[in-house]
Amino acid sequence: MRSSLWQLTLTRLREFVREPEAVFWTFVFPIVLALLLGFAFSSRGDQDVHVGVRDGAGAAAVVAALEDVAGVRVRLLDEEESAAALRRGRVALVVVPGAAGVTYRQDPTAPGAREARLVVDDALQRGAGRRDPVRASLERVEERGSRYIDFLIPGLIGLNLLSTGLWGVGYTVVRMRAGHLLKRYMATPMRRWEFMASFLLGRLVFLAVEIAAILLFARLVFGVEVRGSLALVAAFGVLGAIVFTSFGLLVASRARTTEGIAGIMNLVAVPMWILSGVFFSYERFPEWTHGAIRALPLTPLVDGLRAVINEGATALDTAPAIAVLGAWGLVAFGSSMLLFRWR
Amino acid sequence: MRNPGGSAAAVRCRGLVKRYGELVAVDGLDLDVAAGECFGLLGPNGAGKTTTVEVLEGLLEPDEGEIEILGMRWSSHERELRRSIGIQLQDTRLPEKLTVAETIRLFRSFYPEGPDVDDVITRVQLQEKRDVWVRKLSGGQRQRLAVACALVGSPRILFLDEPTTGLDPQSRRALWGLVEGFRGAGGTVVLTTHYMDEAARLCDRLAIIDHGRVIAQGSPHDLVASLGAEQVVEFSLASGEAPPEHELAALPGVSGVRGNGDSWALTVHAVHVTVPALLARLAREGSDLARLATHDATLEDVFVHLTGRSLRDA
Repeated sequence: MRSSLWQLTLTRLREFVREPEAVFWTFVFPIVLALLLGFAFSSRGDQDVHVGVRDGAGAAAVVAALEDVAGVRVRLLDEEESAAALRRGRVALVVVPGAAGVTYRQDPTAPGAREARLVVDDALQRGAGRRDPVRASLERVEERGSRYIDFLIPGLIGLNLLSTGLWGVGYTVVRMRAGHLLKRYMATPMRRWEFMASFLLGRLVFLAVEIAAILLFARLVFGVEVRGSLALVAAFGVLGAIVFTSFGLLVASRARTTEGIAGIMNLVAVPMWILSGVFFSYERFPEWTHGAIRALPLTPLVDGLRAVINEGATALDTAPAIAVLGAWGLVAFGSSMLLFRWR
Repeated sequence: MRNPGGSAAAVRCRGLVKRYGELVAVDGLDLDVAAGECFGLLGPNGAGKTTTVEVLEGLLEPDEGEIEILGMRWSSHERELRRSIGIQLQDTRLPEKLTVAETIRLFRSFYPEGPDVDDVITRVQLQEKRDVWVRKLSGGQRQRLAVACALVGSPRILFLDEPTTGLDPQSRRALWGLVEGFRGAGGTVVLTTHYMDEAARLCDRLAIIDHGRVIAQGSPHDLVASLGAEQVVEFSLASGEAPPEHELAALPGVSGVRGNGDSWALTVHAVHVTVPALLARLAREGSDLARLATHDATLEDVFVHLTGRSLRDA
C-alpha cells in the first residue's frame, strides 16, 4: 500500500479508537438493541388479549364467560372509561352487551384488533354452547432460523453498517471542512482519491470486529446460527460498508455544518430504516412498492445477509442482491468524488 | 529544477483580480518575489492579504491576472508546484487526537522527499511534545506544528498566513527564529502580517496592501525613509487651541502633519530643531501640553501616511 494511503487510513483508525463515544455507538449499541428487542419479542410467549366490557344489563354474564379463558384479560368499564381505554390502546376491543347479543367496538386497524375479536368471539360462542365440528390441535414451532430474533440480527447488522457509514464518515468530513483541514490537505500533493479511499479502508478494518461482535453475541445469548458461509457474510459486510461509507462521503460532499448534514443524513437513512425490512418485513407494504424498496441499498444488504445467515443461501442465490449493492457502491463513490468540495 | 533561464523570480504575478460577488478582494495586484528573500504582505485585516496568498498558493482561482510560481503555472504544473511549496493557512484545525509526531508523519507521507519526522520536530522545537495530542498544545505550539507541516516536503517557497497572530511574545520570537532558519538555508518566504514589527524584523521587502491593492513596495528601511523623515513627534493639548495645520507644517524640520483636533503627529527629520520651535509656538498661543512624545518613524507611520488610518483600526 502506498505510504500516504496507509498514513491516511491510520489516521482514520486513530481518530476512531480515540473517540470512546464512537466506539460505543458502533460496537455496543447494536448489541444493546439486539438484547432489548430479542427479549421483547422472544421471551414473552403468547400475549394476553386485553378486553373491556361495557357496564350494563348482561355485562356480568359476558365477564363471567371471558374471565376463565386463557390469554384473555377482561375488565368492566363504564361508557366513558371504555372509550378512553380504546383510545389509549389499553384494550383492543370493548364488548357492549345488548338485548339481542353483543356488539364489538374497536378500531379494526389497531395492532392486535383482529386477534382480540376472534378470541373473544370464539370464547363467547363456545360459552353459549357452540360445538366445533373439526378437531384441531396446536404444534408449536420454534425452529431456529425462523424466530423473530433470527430475523432481527441480520437487520441489525445492516442497520449498523448504514449508521456507522453515514454518521461516522459524514460528521468527520464536515468537521474537517469547517476547520479548514480539507483545504489544508488540498494544499499538499496528497492524492484526492487516497483521502476518500482511506475512509473505506478505515471502515473495513472495524467492520470485521463489528459484525463478529453482533454475530457472536446473537449466538451466545439467543442461539442464532450462521447457516451459510461466513465468507459470504463477510463479503456482504464489505459491500455494505463500501456502499454506506460512500453515502457518508456523498452526503458530506457539500455540507458545511454538522446541523446541515444531520438533516440530509436523516433524509437518506430514515426511509431505509422503515422500508428496507430491518425490524419487520417489507412484505407488509403494498405489493406495488416492493420494486422500489428492493432498489434501496439497505434492502439487498439485509435480504442477502438474512438469506445467508438464516437459510444458508450461496453466492449464486444472492447474486442479484450483490449486483444491486455493487452498483450502489460504484454510483455513490463515483458521485462523491465528483461532487466533493474541498473548501 | 524548473526555473527557466535561471531567473531569480520565486513568485511573479501581474494584474491579479479576485472578486467575491460584488466585493473586489484583490484589485489588480502585481508582485515580484525573488528567490531567497523574505517577502511580506503588510496590511490591515480585510485588506485582501489572505485572498492574495491563497490565489498564489493555487487554492483560489483568480478572476483575472497571471501567476508564475518558480516559473510554473498552476494550470499546467499543479503536481510539481504542490511538491515545491509549503503552506501554513490561517487557522487550520489539525486533527485533535493525533500526536505531534503522527501529524507530521501524515503530512510527510504526501511528499516524495523531505526530512525525517524527528528532524522536523527538532527544527520546530517540539521534541518534548512529540507524543502529545494536538488538542493539548498551546497556541504557539500549534502554530509551530502548522509550520512543521509546511516544512515536511523540503519546500523551496514557504507561504505563511499571519503566522503569529494571537501569540504571546515568546512564541512569536520562536516562530520568527524558525522563519529565519528556513531563509538562512536558502528558502524563499512569503508571509502576510498586520504586525509592523514582524514585517520590519523578518522581511527583506514588503508590499503594503490596502483595499486589494499594493499602495507601497520596498524594503522596510526604504519605506520608512520614503516618509522623508526619520522621526515622529506626537502631542496633545490639555487646554487652548492648536495652531492651524499649515503653521505646524511650516515649523522647522517638519515634513508632514496629521491631526484630528485633539492629538497631532508631526513627521520630522530633526527633533532637536522642531521640538523647541513647537513649544515656543504653543507658549505664544497660551496652550498647555497634555502629552508630548517622540519615536522613530515606523512602518505604521508609513501606513498612516499613505491611508490616513492606522493598521490596527483600519
